[in-house]
Amino acid sequence: MPDERENGQPPDDEARARPFWSGTITFGLVSVPVSLYPGNRSLGVSLRMLDRDGTPLARRYFCSKDDEELDADEIVRGYELDGEYVVITDEELEALEPDKSRDIDLRRFVPQDDIDPIWFERAYYLTPAGGSNKAYRLLAETMERSARAGIATFVMRGTEYLVAIIAENGILRAETLRFAEEVRTPHDVGLPDKPRVRAAEVKRIEKAMRKRAENELDPDELVDVQAERLLELVARKQSADEDVVSAAEAPESEEDDVIDLMEVIKRSMRGGRASATVETRRARSAGRRRAPEDDDALAGRTRKELYERARALDIEGRSDMTKDQLIDAIRRSA
Amino acid sequence: MARAIWKGVVSFEDVEVPVKLYSAVQERGVHFRLLHGKDLEPVQQRMVNPVTGKVVAYEEVRRGFEVERGVFVLIDDEELEALEPEPSRTIEITRFVPPGTITHQWYDRPYFLGPDDDEGAYFALARALAEQEREGVARWVMRKKSYAGALRAEGDHLALITLRNAGEVVPVSALEAPGGRALDERELRMAKQLIAALEDEFDPTEYRDEFRDRVLELVHAKAEGRSITRKRAAKKAPRKPLAALLEASVASAKKEKRVA
Repeated sequence: MPDERENGQPPDDEARARPFWSGTITFGLVSVPVSLYPGNRSLGVSLRMLDRDGTPLARRYFCSKDDEELDADEIVRGYELDGEYVVITDEELEALEPDKSRDIDLRRFVPQDDIDPIWFERAYYLTPAGGSNKAYRLLAETMERSARAGIATFVMRGTEYLVAIIAENGILRAETLRFAEEVRTPHDVGLPDKPRVRAAEVKRIEKAMRKRAENELDPDELVDVQAERLLELVARKQSADEDVVSAAEAPESEEDDVIDLMEVIKRSMRGGRASATVETRRARSAGRRRAPEDDDALAGRTRKELYERARALDIEGRSDMTKDQLIDAIRRSA
Repeated sequence: MARAIWKGVVSFEDVEVPVKLYSAVQERGVHFRLLHGKDLEPVQQRMVNPVTGKVVAYEEVRRGFEVERGVFVLIDDEELEALEPEPSRTIEITRFVPPGTITHQWYDRPYFLGPDDDEGAYFALARALAEQEREGVARWVMRKKSYAGALRAEGDHLALITLRNAGEVVPVSALEAPGGRALDERELRMAKQLIAALEDEFDPTEYRDEFRDRVLELVHAKAEGRSITRKRAAKKAPRKPLAALLEASVASAKKEKRVA
């Protein structure tokens, strides 16, 4: 079972911000060891589903025919083909997973501006791992000077991705790209072809555009208005002690500790250890037991055991996960 | 002809262009259904109180925001509705910015805009955006949610790409690049040569989601009672000084290009 941690790091009591993925960028024969961190974070303004008394609810699965609650090992995955279901097991899916190659093999470079934003899916930051950051800096400097992006496919958490590696301000990031089969063209959508465009109309529009021309974004225009309103409402109700409930037993929540992602990335970029102090959104309660999730112990468990652990941690979407994905999800929640 | 998701009017100053919105992205994943292993009946999800073990019917479910561990402020449907933005068909363009102002990290989901009755205005707007080389910052309300997006010319047509919210993106400007001793000019030159040797056009059609292909292959094979085999490739990277590796890489890449 490949070890995603840097070698020699002892486990410690603080929640460790482990990289999402770690591996090597290969550039010809040169290897650049890197760690990968998400470049986006969700603001976490979501509502939990609760019972009347405030107990957070859990998602469970039932047989639609006899209403029986089902355990993980009673559930199978089926693909509908010609009116029948073909059952595919976790083991069969895992056997299909591309080789657990830890490489992003840069065999192609393209002008950065050639990549239309429609292709971009999600951004990740790459930080130098391993002893020296020289190869990292060399690659970043060269790519930035020549305004080129590197294109590669790689495997992350059991899924194959197409990525563009981009250098900006000396920092490398990986932007996953959509595959061609996922992106439509205006033609696919059925948009009409261009008729003759009236120059006077174009001029009029350009004049209006110039009135609103700016060189920068206004961050206020990108605020999540609904999230702000919700938080205001919550704050108001909380200070008025209105509709505040506290469940008798509080099950562990995976949203407990908000790790400051930016801090983690900054430290990793400097070459420091990636462990960061954890900002808790709420005070730690004294009586809470934390079970450190040791990598080796997890790797050795059966899928059923992992599923049960995931259920205890109330990890969303656990029934759809392969064994690898369960291990990752459990680690992240610990 | 795809079906439009929504209709709106692009507006700024005295310009009004009615448009229809279409998704530019289609799902690629292979979709499985969860089934009860015993009888292959589909599985249903229900919400359960983990303490009592009882199912809670959807109508009985409460929603709350966690303010401290285990402490929630309940929000009911009426309050949620009151938070919803006013419905509107206006796609307001607040400003037009040069390319590169909105960096890649901000872009989220792409849509195409098509004309809604007024083709002349639509194509004139696309042409104006292309000629001015600008992107519009757009705000609109769709299906009870407010969005920010980038309005762009896409060939002769228009695209609208939703943008992530401020705070959701860790910007490059907030980070400091790794530092170290000055880089060797010779190594920089060779790296540049290597990149040049590996340069090509960006052609996304060259890449396929091979994992998805393999899953579908497996499904069909199983349905027909066949089994499939896979071969695994081994990779090794030699350890040598950086300069030597670069030199060898450039030589190798140049040779490949000649042959190709």
